[in-house]
Amino acid sequence: MQPTSAVPATDASLFYPSPLKEFWQAFAHNKGAVGGLAFMTLIVFCALFAPWIAPHDYSEQYRDFLLTPPVWLEGGQWQFLLGTDELGRDLLSRLIVGARLSLLIGLTSVVISLLPGVLLGLLAGFFPRILGPGIMRLMDVMLALPSLLLAVAIVAILGPGLINTVIAIAVVSLPSYVRLTRAAVIGELDRDYVTASRLAGASLPRLMFITVLPNCMAPLIVQASLSFSSAILDAAALGFLGLGVQPPTPEWGSMLASARDYIERAWWVVSLPGLTILLSVLAINLIGDGLRDALDPKLKNAA
Amino acid sequence: MLSFIARRLALLIPTFFGITLLTFALIRLIPGDPVEVMMGERKIDPVLHAQALHRLGLDKPLPAQYLDYIGQLAQGDLGQSLRTRESVWHEFTTLFPATLELSLAALLFAGTLGLLAGVIAALKRGSWFDHGVMGLALAGYSMPIFWWGLILIMFFSVNLGWTPVNGRIDLLYDITPTSGFMLIDAWRSEEPGAFVDALKHLILPAIVLGTIPLAVIARMTRSAMLEVLREDYVRTARAKGLSPARVVFVHALRNALIPVLTVFGLQIGTLLSGAVLTETIFAWPGVGKWLIEAISARDYPVVQNGILLIACLVILVNFTVDILYGLVNPRIRHQG
Repeated sequence: MQPTSAVPATDASLFYPSPLKEFWQAFAHNKGAVGGLAFMTLIVFCALFAPWIAPHDYSEQYRDFLLTPPVWLEGGQWQFLLGTDELGRDLLSRLIVGARLSLLIGLTSVVISLLPGVLLGLLAGFFPRILGPGIMRLMDVMLALPSLLLAVAIVAILGPGLINTVIAIAVVSLPSYVRLTRAAVIGELDRDYVTASRLAGASLPRLMFITVLPNCMAPLIVQASLSFSSAILDAAALGFLGLGVQPPTPEWGSMLASARDYIERAWWVVSLPGLTILLSVLAINLIGDGLRDALDPKLKNAA
Repeated sequence: MLSFIARRLALLIPTFFGITLLTFALIRLIPGDPVEVMMGERKIDPVLHAQALHRLGLDKPLPAQYLDYIGQLAQGDLGQSLRTRESVWHEFTTLFPATLELSLAALLFAGTLGLLAGVIAALKRGSWFDHGVMGLALAGYSMPIFWWGLILIMFFSVNLGWTPVNGRIDLLYDITPTSGFMLIDAWRSEEPGAFVDALKHLILPAIVLGTIPLAVIARMTRSAMLEVLREDYVRTARAKGLSPARVVFVHALRNALIPVLTVFGLQIGTLLSGAVLTETIFAWPGVGKWLIEAISARDYPVVQNGILLIACLVILVNFTVDILYGLVNPRIRHQG
């Protein structure tokens, strides 16, 4: 069979690189971002395959091995690589299963605040007289409350638990999406391509979602990565305050809360969950920086 | 300038009413019977229940209830704590100086260190110092501060025994709170060692609370300095033969500070969120710990109006920052 591609041989470098490739090149330029991505891949892998990777059942209490130190310390056991907690549960297994929870909370809260946030931002941008002021005042009200306090208040009403934690965090991160989308939309509305599309008779939904929205995506993607990391932090903070996911579910923050009493005897129960939180959040922020540099060069070096 | 202030002030009013609506709704969204919740008791006699409902004004339609709430607020009545029977306003004003003292100490720590690190990093752009500072800043920005607090306690208080674990001052000292600031009160009390002890209690919480602001300030200062150092007037100042220190700290830093201050002023919400956690870890008797305890104890009047007070505080600070920014930067003042 003859190859159908009878295109004359051209120098590949004359073509524009595909957007994806161009993006990856800009992203890979940032070493920190690649490191962050590698670490997050590991965490995601752990979260996805937690039941198979975790060496022990996360709730199994080994009564003979209470507060066993990690393996490299004196008294460490090879069966408990990172040691055990005050109830004799394997720390490594709990951290691995905890990754599931943190990623789940992060992901769902980003999605359920991104969608209404973008919609409200679009509405505020497209109807600057009718809907804009009302929506923006509402967001001002939400921004007036310190985010953790608002989340705590919401959990106080709804009661602690996984779903309420997600709702609280989603509500807290809503205003930044609305503000970003609105600002981006207002910037785009004066452009010629929007006018052209209007003149061509595009309907309002088409203008909103197909013409304008794709051009506002860059700051939104960056913001999504940032609020993903702050969602993990806030969820851990709520867990630490005893208002988040309830024990015995191994949530990183609530693991720290119960470890507080062993601060003098067992540093690993206190250090390791927090270190995991720190590294994950750091990794996501590094990825966020890389995304910002790659997608939105205007924002480069803007702190 | 006056019309600028008036415009900003006019924006405050709907925000304020929005917040009262929020705190009003907050208390009514709680599942369960409001009287039982308010009284903190269960299975109340039906007659008493009806009386209580009437007394609390909860038998009226919602809009009337909201007007009642606004009326109470207008008279300065913020209700009583269910636990202590003290007025919410009294408790807030007693505890607030502790939070303010902690926040100011944290800001002092973050401000001095952050500005210095940011300026040096900008001057030595690309050096190992720059990379190091920016790496640390990113780590600080990602820090779960409740864990950071525990780690510092573990290291400095438990292992080294340098600083006390919690509280504002040792129980040995009997300090009368006149200003509410422990450092000042301890200094005035003239009890030997009281001031140093208060200072030792303050250091760790201030570092913990200051960590995220420190990271933000260092990053902002660096990028603002890099921007300013490229300007013509800096080159002119250098060409005139001014000393490098004078160019950097007098000519450049002054202009670089504007964006830093604005971003920083708007960080007060972050600071108060951090105060909630820091106060909980160090048993620091401030408004953050007070609110968390009220929430766990279901002390709803405190939760409702404590949140209202803090929100008003945040709005006022943001308003002040806005006005100051307008004063410094005429372009903002004349925007529509």
